Amino acid sequence: MGEPLTELAAVAWRPRVTARSLERRGRLWTLTTLAHIVPFVAVAVVLVLLEPLAIAVSLIALAKAWLIPELYAQRGSNVVNPKARAQKTAESRALGLLGDLIGHDARALQRRTGLVLERGSLGVWLVGEAGALLVAPGGRRVFCFCVRPEGSDLPSGDRIAHLLLALREDESGFATVANLAFSGAAWRMRRRLGKPMRPALDAARAAARTGMVAPLPLPA
Amino acid sequence: MSKLIRMDHTGHTTLAEWTAEDPAALQAAVTAFRRELDQGCIAVVSEGEGQATQVRELPADAGTVILRRPIAGG
Repeated sequence: MGEPLTELAAVAWRPRVTARSLERRGRLWTLTTLAHIVPFVAVAVVLVLLEPLAIAVSLIALAKAWLIPELYAQRGSNVVNPKARAQKTAESRALGLLGDLIGHDARALQRRTGLVLERGSLGVWLVGEAGALLVAPGGRRVFCFCVRPEGSDLPSGDRIAHLLLALREDESGFATVANLAFSGAAWRMRRRLGKPMRPALDAARAAARTGMVAPLPLPA
Repeated sequence: MSKLIRMDHTGHTTLAEWTAEDPAALQAAVTAFRRELDQGCIAVVSEGEGQATQVRELPADAGTVILRRPIAGG
């Protein structure tokens, strides 16, 4: 491993992220989600059993049980949503530099989806403008990390390049510096992502399942 | 020809270019490199997918040295 990420000094109190600690945090997220859902489902069932006419209230409780995990997933998907664009020339120059940093397949995927696919030791990453998604090995769980470069004047390609370089310098350090915004099922995250970004998640899931990056289907 | 590039609001700016046979250009690149590091930039040499190395001294033989800003959790 190379030198630790410089930015770790700003979060010295955080234990370094490892595959094992991520797995634990994933389980904790699942338990927290269950702790939100179960009381509402229980209320819905008990109410109907006690008083069938209270079905409207039961339905509201069930709706809340469905809505809360969706809101968490939405918060997670926000980390890769496109941000405001800089001047066209700056965007184009930034994308040129980003293109030089990544391989052909990753470049094609980035042009279509706005996300850069990068394999790491913790899983398969999708790097966006204000954060990154990490698809855990097996492709079933996604972690959403909110992290960005200092300054809001950077073109989108540069924002991604900043994060990509930091990720390549020290993957575990990158995950430590970033804030975890969501962890949960990949299918739930897919629903909250914008349609153009979904093929990137599909490719990352396929890569996380097989350890290979699947060839990108040509655009229709 | 080696390059020192800073990612900024313009997309990127080439701050210096040098070759091993041109000590004056190399010295100018070293000066620019130190100035940017003093201002808080982090210098990185990308080594292909999955690999990049932070550098604190300008590697004279590197193809491209990229200056990035620090990142922080959002």
